[in-house]
Amino acid sequence: MIALAESISGPQEARITSAFVTATYVLAAALFVLALKWLSAPSTARRGNLAGQIGMAAAIVGTLLQHQIISYEWIVLGLIAGTLIGAPMAIWMPMTAVPQRTALSHAFGAMAAALVGSAHYYLFDLKTAPPGPVVMGFLCLEVLLGALTFTGSMMAFGKLQELLPTRPLVYPHQNIFNLGLLGTAIICGAALTAHPQSSWLFPILVLLALVFGVLLILPIGGADMPTVIALLNSYAGLSASMMGFVLNSKLLIIAGALDGASGFILSIIMCRAMNRSFTNVLFGAFGQIQESSAAASEKKTVRSAGTEEVAQILEAARSVIVIPGYGMAVAQAQHKVRELYDQLARRGVDVKFAIHPVAGRMPGHMNVLLAEAEIPYDRLIEMDEINGEFPQCDVALVIGANDVVNPAARHDKSSPIYGMPILNADRAKTVIAIKRSMKPGFAGIDNELYTLDRTLMLFGDAKAVLAATAKELAENGT
Amino acid sequence: MPDLTSDIYVFILAAFLGLEVIKRVSPLLHTPLMSLTNAISAISVVAAIELAGARHTTLSTVLGTLAVTAAFANVVGGFMITDRMLKMFKKRGPRP
Repeated sequence: MIALAESISGPQEARITSAFVTATYVLAAALFVLALKWLSAPSTARRGNLAGQIGMAAAIVGTLLQHQIISYEWIVLGLIAGTLIGAPMAIWMPMTAVPQRTALSHAFGAMAAALVGSAHYYLFDLKTAPPGPVVMGFLCLEVLLGALTFTGSMMAFGKLQELLPTRPLVYPHQNIFNLGLLGTAIICGAALTAHPQSSWLFPILVLLALVFGVLLILPIGGADMPTVIALLNSYAGLSASMMGFVLNSKLLIIAGALDGASGFILSIIMCRAMNRSFTNVLFGAFGQIQESSAAASEKKTVRSAGTEEVAQILEAARSVIVIPGYGMAVAQAQHKVRELYDQLARRGVDVKFAIHPVAGRMPGHMNVLLAEAEIPYDRLIEMDEINGEFPQCDVALVIGANDVVNPAARHDKSSPIYGMPILNADRAKTVIAIKRSMKPGFAGIDNELYTLDRTLMLFGDAKAVLAATAKELAENGT
Repeated sequence: MPDLTSDIYVFILAAFLGLEVIKRVSPLLHTPLMSLTNAISAISVVAAIELAGARHTTLSTVLGTLAVTAAFANVVGGFMITDRMLKMFKKRGPRP
């Protein structure tokens, strides 16, 4: 149970409710683990979500029944306000905005941790019964992680929603300055741990953490968002876990550790998919544009085609691999992809979708969009599984993807994305790339895929050209 | 502080269990995984509820109420959007 509250409550009459509350918390912890276990496969995943909901409901009911809760009006107010914020976002938000919502929810979770930690600090009787160093240490960690994740996630939200410039913002000595700031915050936390009475340090700690969160995300470009979102996920979970240490609540420790572990694994997967390290993502400021390589390929010619020609090529193909990227999300083109898929599938063309782990702005982004368009999930193939199939494939159709199909990653040592695992679209017999213009992609790198002899560019808005292509196919009849 | 040891055991075991379980989640479902774990870690709402309902000080009630709001928005939003996403994953799309 929660130690802070227990010290205030009466001992005897509380035993029965206390045992009941413990039972609900144990049940919740078990159900949370089951929820994640069932999420492993699409067939059991909804059961997993249900298990999570039951666990959450049990823990909240158990908490509400606790004897030290003497007034409900503020709780009810908070629950209603939370519902009014959370439910509309979940119901009406378009699926293309899932990365933004995720960033916002990391911000909310982290904010809750920072607020609870701050409230507990100011509840301590610092003169007569100051907290021990262990409690104080975890409390400082909770507030530090909570505050920096809050502002960091808000920054990520701003960049994803394009309220803020999506290009990395860099200034001289950025890394040294940022690390110095974090170091100062940690020193503040250490001083508070040793002397909890120095309450003037506490607002400074919070402020430094808030500023650090902003500065941490400034140099992050959109292509690195999947990693950063996963990392923020991990921090938000850890701050909840730290809260569990402060309050001596095993349920919070477990739930936070599960969230932390999930974010950690996802960020490792994202880093691997870009062949970069954590430190490189956080401190490397991608997108410092390679002027030289961009200039060199300026003269190469590009072959472009119209929707009619593309429709004919697709119709004649036996196998097509579609490579979706962030451009598909921006153009909201997933439903048109589905129309094209239907037309081709009806003609017996084998259509598969190649999913790069960092395509889009968060882990799994493309899968969710294609699932929304009701494309069966057994058609969505991971990079490692599908890469061997490109040489036998008639057409690779690239829709708004860029860096994840750039062959420079395989051979050009001067390229910033050198070493990044890519989808081997260039090995298909024909490549069709849908793109708005010849402007380089997010990393600001030229893509030699577009200048290959076997590549046809289809210029235009992805949604519009896909609709036109599907229409051509429909009119040609079966 | 005798409970610290058991808390650390719990943390380490939960973290390893989390790593093992989550490693098995198909990349297909990485977005719902994130929204589900986000909803789960919003269990911090229970600590916020205790703050908002215990009437210690005005400050703790205000901070507690704000924390209940933020955490419960994640509880409601997280589970709902996860379900909305998971409903969309179908093995066979309806034939036109």
